[in-house]
Amino acid sequence: MDREGSLTAVEHCQTESEERPAPSLNILTGQTTITVALAGQPNVGKSTVFNLLTKLNQHVGNWPGKTIEQKMGTYRQNGLTIHIVDLPGTYSLTANSLEEVIARDYIIKERPDVVVAVVDAAILERSLYLVAELLPLPAPVIVGLNMMDVAEREGRHVELEVLQAALGVPVVPMVATKAQGVRELAETIDRLVHGDIPYQPRCPQIRDDHRAVLDEILALVGPHVPAPYPTDWVALKLLEGDEEITAMMRGVLSDAVWEQVHDILMAHDDALVAVASGRYDWIGRMIRAAVVRPQVGQIGLTERLDCWATHPVWGMGLLAGILALVFWLTYTIGAPLQDALDTYVVGALADWAGALLASGPEWASGLVVDGIIGGVGTVITFLPILVIFFAALGLLEDIGYMARAAYVMDRFMHLMGLHGKSFLPLFLGFGCNVPAIVGSRVIESRRARLLTIMVAPLVPCTGRMMVIAFLTPVFFGRAATLVSWGLIALNLVVLALSGIVINRIAFRGERAAFIMELPLYHIPNWRTIGLLVWQRSLDFLRKAGTVILVISVIVWALSALPAGDVETSYLAQFGRLLAPLGALMGMSWRMMVALLTSFVAKENSVATLGILYGTGEEEATLAAILGAALTPAAALAFLIVQMLFIPCVATVAAIWQETHSARWTLFNLAFLLVVSFGTGIVVYQGARLLGWGI
Amino acid sequence: MSHSTTTLSNLAPGEVGVVRELAGGWGFMSRLATLGFTPGAKLTMVQNFGHGPLIVSIRGTRIALGRGEAAKVVVTKE
Repeated sequence: MDREGSLTAVEHCQTESEERPAPSLNILTGQTTITVALAGQPNVGKSTVFNLLTKLNQHVGNWPGKTIEQKMGTYRQNGLTIHIVDLPGTYSLTANSLEEVIARDYIIKERPDVVVAVVDAAILERSLYLVAELLPLPAPVIVGLNMMDVAEREGRHVELEVLQAALGVPVVPMVATKAQGVRELAETIDRLVHGDIPYQPRCPQIRDDHRAVLDEILALVGPHVPAPYPTDWVALKLLEGDEEITAMMRGVLSDAVWEQVHDILMAHDDALVAVASGRYDWIGRMIRAAVVRPQVGQIGLTERLDCWATHPVWGMGLLAGILALVFWLTYTIGAPLQDALDTYVVGALADWAGALLASGPEWASGLVVDGIIGGVGTVITFLPILVIFFAALGLLEDIGYMARAAYVMDRFMHLMGLHGKSFLPLFLGFGCNVPAIVGSRVIESRRARLLTIMVAPLVPCTGRMMVIAFLTPVFFGRAATLVSWGLIALNLVVLALSGIVINRIAFRGERAAFIMELPLYHIPNWRTIGLLVWQRSLDFLRKAGTVILVISVIVWALSALPAGDVETSYLAQFGRLLAPLGALMGMSWRMMVALLTSFVAKENSVATLGILYGTGEEEATLAAILGAALTPAAALAFLIVQMLFIPCVATVAAIWQETHSARWTLFNLAFLLVVSFGTGIVVYQGARLLGWGI
Repeated sequence: MSHSTTTLSNLAPGEVGVVRELAGGWGFMSRLATLGFTPGAKLTMVQNFGHGPLIVSIRGTRIALGRGEAAKVVVTKE
């Protein structure tokens, strides 16, 4: 692609007082494809704009080498193909987080032809901050002024012409939730790249008291800034103390020059506040010029709802009620669907494949029926439950409630060295641990994200709940409900304690800062929620078809080789080796093997017990035999270990992918093994000492 | 009008303050400055129960802060 046009056309920013004829940039030099980057702060409706522009013509992946989601899409207009790259939602472009580095690196290194900055008209002051950071970068900016309806409703009128003149860049009013302004945005992009609109951005300046220092740095580093970084921008980022840019310049500057720069920076280590103040002063001038009746702290509906939603007592009650409703929905609608999927689709598929392969070698049908369909198929049956979960959480997120849930949970998460934001992914874990691990991406600091991932497998997922639902009545009869609740409570207690311990040992008790915006409540946008559910479900299925498939086959092979049955398999041999460990918990080697097979999928425990006790899948017979084979103390120990045991392969695969670290993954497995067996042994031996249930 | 200097965590609900200084590490200062906590910025305490996190309104948005974070924001009471 020819980038020359955009390189030369974007002039340096002007100071606001400078007057010169407005240049226009003609980016198109015969090209038929352009790239548009979509930038915006969180909660400004950026993804809605993205969905409207690209329709379903989009692709979700990861940024190269990163675990940050990347969305790309395409649309065509006037014979031009427009590629849209959705940048991560960020408040600024300082290297505070991986998202911010990705966003600015993309603009500087990939040079999109246009950057569309989506801005929330209702909170113009804060959301123009990102625009202040985007203007000095070498790509022309169009401001998409979204949520015009909300702003008007709150009595804030934005004078578009004035704002446009003050910024010096095109401004397009939008109400993305009602699909208003999207066509105008596309037209503005088209006109800008054809050079039909003047482009003359007026950039913010640093606060006066630091201008001389900035010039000094600029003079020192100017000649050494590597391409494609803009010189002024690098000088500003140095002064802001940006770690990434500092490291980069340290590498290219000679020691003598670096000494000088370093001394200046040391003398002005508060400069980042001066830079931010300069941007907010600039924003203040825009707002005073263009907004009629700037708001006077009137928030209306949001304020009234928050009296309840963020209250330490009522907010907790509301959260508990909402969670109960989500669970109720999941189990009344999701569980029957899962059963149906299991019987009529996965079960039927297994029967069909079994019959088809009956004439072939035994290993082939074992591989397909028990390995692939048994592993991947079972994981897929969780999809209905996950869809309900994703939809419920997507709705709560879209209306703005999730930030409130995180806020009221912060007190509790605090105890574990986590903050409120970790609550959201952990809650997702009740459906399935895999999306919980992936969902931990919402947490900014790597430390808090790792800690969340480490404790997430202790959230009792639906798979484990199903085993409990089957086995507790077998062992405990009428006390089953009580025991089940006790097991779930135990899991949560162990989760909290593990958080405290891992935080102390691995992170020396550090705690990530809790700084979070509470967005205004919004009417939900069904399209956005629908797309979110669709993409997350696809992502889950993709995992099931790749990583989970491979590991399922490996574990199946271990449970079938060398002779083709579980009793003599490598896995069983390993289980026998573990018999002394099992003896400490009153469990036979069969129970140990059942635990090991739960690694493929949690529900396998029951099936394995069936095979090992020779009852097949007859649940009634199995119940009778199991009830007689185990003492209550051993049964309780077994259920506890089952609940706290290492997660299924799907979750382990997710942990590995998200942490990018074999070390952390192995640590997690070892930790959970110690915790589960440790708790099992303590409970069994304790019961023995007290003479209970023997 | 009295102008007493205190930290954000000590403002009672409804009280108005002006940011004077951010007393924390680079990452902390940078994130807060980005959200509009710059010297001279006016803020209103929305919720503060004396324990746990709190909510402030600044530059037209509501920001939730941990108590420890709020203790690092120096403000003058208006």
